[in-house]
Amino acid sequence: MSDNLLDVSNLVMRFGGLLAVDGVNLQVKPRQIHSVIGPNGAGKTTVFNCISGFYTPTDGTIRYRGKAIHRMSGHRISLLGLVRTFQHVRLFASMTVIENLLVAQHRHLNTNYFAGLLKTPSYRRRQREAMDRAAHWLQQVDLLDFANREAGNLSYGQQRRLEIARCMVTEPGLLMLDEPAAGLNPRETAELDQLIMRLRDEQDIAVLLIEHDMGLVMGISDHITVINQGAPLADGPPDQIRANPAVIKAYLGES
Amino acid sequence: MHRAIFPALFAAGVTFLLTCLVVGIRLEQEGASLTVVGADAETWGWIAFAVIGVFLVQLLQQPLQRLRQRLPTADITGLLPNEMLLHRLKPWLIALVVSGLLVWPFMVSRGAVDLATLTLIYVMLGLGLNIVVGFAGLLDLGYVAFYAVGAYTYALLSEYYGLSFWMSLPLAGLLAAVFGCLLGFPVLRLRGDYLAIVTLGFGEIIRILLNNWTSLTGGPNGIGGIDKPSLFGLEFSRRASEGSQTFHEFFDIDYSSGHKVIFLYLVAVLLVLLTIYIINRIQRMPLGRAWEALREDEIACRSLGLNPTVIKLSAFTLGASFAGFAGCFFAARQGFISPESFTFIESAIILAIVVLGGMGSQMGVICAAIAMTILPELAREFQEYRMLMFGGVMVLMMLWRPQGLLPMKRPHLELKTS
Amino acid sequence: MTETSLYVLQQLINGLTIGSTYALIAIGYTMVYGIIGMINFAHGEVYMIGTYTAFITIIGLFTMGVSSLPVVLLLALMTAIIISSTYGYAIERVAYRPLRGGPRLIPLITAIGMSIFLQNYIRLAQGSRDLAMPALISGGIEFGDPDVFEVSLSWMQLIIWGVTLASMTALALFISRSRLGRACRACAQDLKMANLLGIDTNRIIALTFVIGAALAAIAGVMLGLYYGTINPYIGFMAGLKAFTAAVLGGIGSIPGAMLGGLILGITEAMTAAFFPSEYKDVVAFSLLVLILLFRPTGLLGKPEVEKV
Repeated sequence: MSDNLLDVSNLVMRFGGLLAVDGVNLQVKPRQIHSVIGPNGAGKTTVFNCISGFYTPTDGTIRYRGKAIHRMSGHRISLLGLVRTFQHVRLFASMTVIENLLVAQHRHLNTNYFAGLLKTPSYRRRQREAMDRAAHWLQQVDLLDFANREAGNLSYGQQRRLEIARCMVTEPGLLMLDEPAAGLNPRETAELDQLIMRLRDEQDIAVLLIEHDMGLVMGISDHITVINQGAPLADGPPDQIRANPAVIKAYLGES
Repeated sequence: MHRAIFPALFAAGVTFLLTCLVVGIRLEQEGASLTVVGADAETWGWIAFAVIGVFLVQLLQQPLQRLRQRLPTADITGLLPNEMLLHRLKPWLIALVVSGLLVWPFMVSRGAVDLATLTLIYVMLGLGLNIVVGFAGLLDLGYVAFYAVGAYTYALLSEYYGLSFWMSLPLAGLLAAVFGCLLGFPVLRLRGDYLAIVTLGFGEIIRILLNNWTSLTGGPNGIGGIDKPSLFGLEFSRRASEGSQTFHEFFDIDYSSGHKVIFLYLVAVLLVLLTIYIINRIQRMPLGRAWEALREDEIACRSLGLNPTVIKLSAFTLGASFAGFAGCFFAARQGFISPESFTFIESAIILAIVVLGGMGSQMGVICAAIAMTILPELAREFQEYRMLMFGGVMVLMMLWRPQGLLPMKRPHLELKTS
Repeated sequence: MTETSLYVLQQLINGLTIGSTYALIAIGYTMVYGIIGMINFAHGEVYMIGTYTAFITIIGLFTMGVSSLPVVLLLALMTAIIISSTYGYAIERVAYRPLRGGPRLIPLITAIGMSIFLQNYIRLAQGSRDLAMPALISGGIEFGDPDVFEVSLSWMQLIIWGVTLASMTALALFISRSRLGRACRACAQDLKMANLLGIDTNRIIALTFVIGAALAAIAGVMLGLYYGTINPYIGFMAGLKAFTAAVLGGIGSIPGAMLGGLILGITEAMTAAFFPSEYKDVVAFSLLVLILLFRPTGLLGKPEVEKV
């Protein structure tokens, strides 16, 4: 048994005649920031969608902590501790910031119907704990002052951070971020950079990252996988990737 | 304006085609053969009115819109007392309303109390369907089926096993919930439109089964002689049945059939208050939050570990159980039930109540239920046009005010910063 | 042949007849769904209005002294198509177009409201009683053993088969050959993209409603003549059945709707042959639930890929 947290091997995803992902391998180790890069349309988000259970892969296996998850539904995968953000922010826009975080803790709450009706002590305790955890994470992403605002009214950068906080309150083992820096200004990107590193160092989680911002990727990644047109191109630590001629040709060379 | 003339002419032509044949000419059955009769001058007048009306509205669309923009929009939020005051007054207001509800029937006629009881049944049905449509965003077009399940549960239990109303009430709710669960489970995994049509079909099936399973349900003749609820074993009849006592004997007062009517009304009030309380609590519970989240973004919910099917199913089942309670009470009040009370029209009326009041708004649904049951009683002519208007109301509400007449948001939990 | 097999043959003929009209109505559901992803709940009412228009035209023409049956029927068919199509168009304009792009629940409710409205509109205008018309086309072929069981195939049934076949062929040609048909297919593939490429999608969407309504009207005229009685409520069940047919074949797929209609018609006729006829609705509906349970994409439908 390997010590990998996430083990994706030979992933294939086919939509009708289109081969979107062809034989991608990923090994995410605990407490690592692992980035997936590649040109637009390379199939990065499709890989994400397969891992998080929105698509059922055509072929290949995905294991999380040694457990096969590629046939599981999305919500069960998330319950195992694999939680993701989306390329286009998906918040519950008309709910308040704090409620966004409470929804995410649904499974931590006492959802027993009668306990809720009668407000039993255990129900109240769980509710309080959830509130505390939410407040803690709002503090972490610097949104505590906005707790009772509607999530849809936050600025774009704040929404991005709220989405990460919303993942974190579920206490994940692997956080998957789909282009978290897209649309952020340089200062916000730098803050995000700090946040992701802090998550890895303080929370004992691994981060799987899709990103276009090369500065961010090269700066914080422990390991990088490059895919091109659905197929794996290179795999290794940032220095090695930077020096890889195939990668430069396919990706870095363009920009 | 001359650019608007062709679309306007076109719209007028469409209106003419829509009305000329089906309204302008009427088929009449004469023995074995049919004849056609031209409509009278008045009807043609209406057709002309409609055609010209559509033409003018289309022609003057832009000026009208500009005019409407210039009109001041009424802002009623300013008229309401401020939130803090309202919050402090709330317990008093509730006490006032509840005591009003309890005292009121002793001062009015029997007919009025009876009508109020009927209204309360619709309030309950409206609130129950509101959970499904308003909170969870699922369109249930066969809600009446669960109402029927509740009613027949009590009728059959009372007829075959002699179970009392109070014993049957939880069973009726439970059985309706089981039906809801069994139906919802396969369908809720699919897209919302399928649910709508499957529930529609399910409503019809239940009615067909009730109509044809004559040995059990009595078919179209229905079931009669269903017992009324009792007050801790005290009956509201003139003479007590074997082994029990009547209300007027126990309190040593003269028998009055009014007692029974008022008692039924009070039971209905109790049930409605209970419904309101439960729904209010659930809205603040994780479940209520999950419903709203699911309505907003199902994909995000799944990515956070919420099981959409289970959450939808809970709304669907809960809504069904309230219909079951209402059905049980309905059977007790009527004393007689037949499949005729459970047609699609009934589902449509309940849906219209929810839509008119505002999906998700309890207050709105209550007001709409009152309006929809009392209006037809006030004006008999209204009865004839009732369904036409309900249909029209649904369309117009969705076009102009999809949030309903009295929109209201779910109370959000607040973080109190210390 | 034995009595049972002849009886089954008779039911097969009846089932094919009803099934082909279901198929015609189902195409309306499937085309609209294929393009805007919505169920047009008011579609059954369009069919009902088609039967009323046809009856009014037929009786009206007879009263005016037109006695040639083919002329009367042709004119009735054309009037029904025109009026029903207008209704289809109006439904799209009022209940769907202003709400496009909003939450999905909203147009579902308007469509239901529309359906209730139209049903009662006809009820108020034409009365709620059954209207019966003597059969205009009677007779047919009879075969089998007169002593055991005589199977009859009426001219009316043959006409229904013929008209259905002709309409389907016309539709298939229109979709595959004409410019507008190509635009329809493009919209079904990707509405937004089609719009970007300069196709007037509003027009195409309206067109699908109109085509669907026209086919429903044809079905209405046929079934009206076949059964001979109409009332304002027939659209409800017919709509439900046709929808079942559309789902059975795979909603969004036109050949699927045809196949689904035929299968449903035959299933119903067979049920009616061996059980009390009220239960045929129960069977049809149970079929719907079973398909949704085990094969939500229907027989010929394509699986939907969720857009994350």
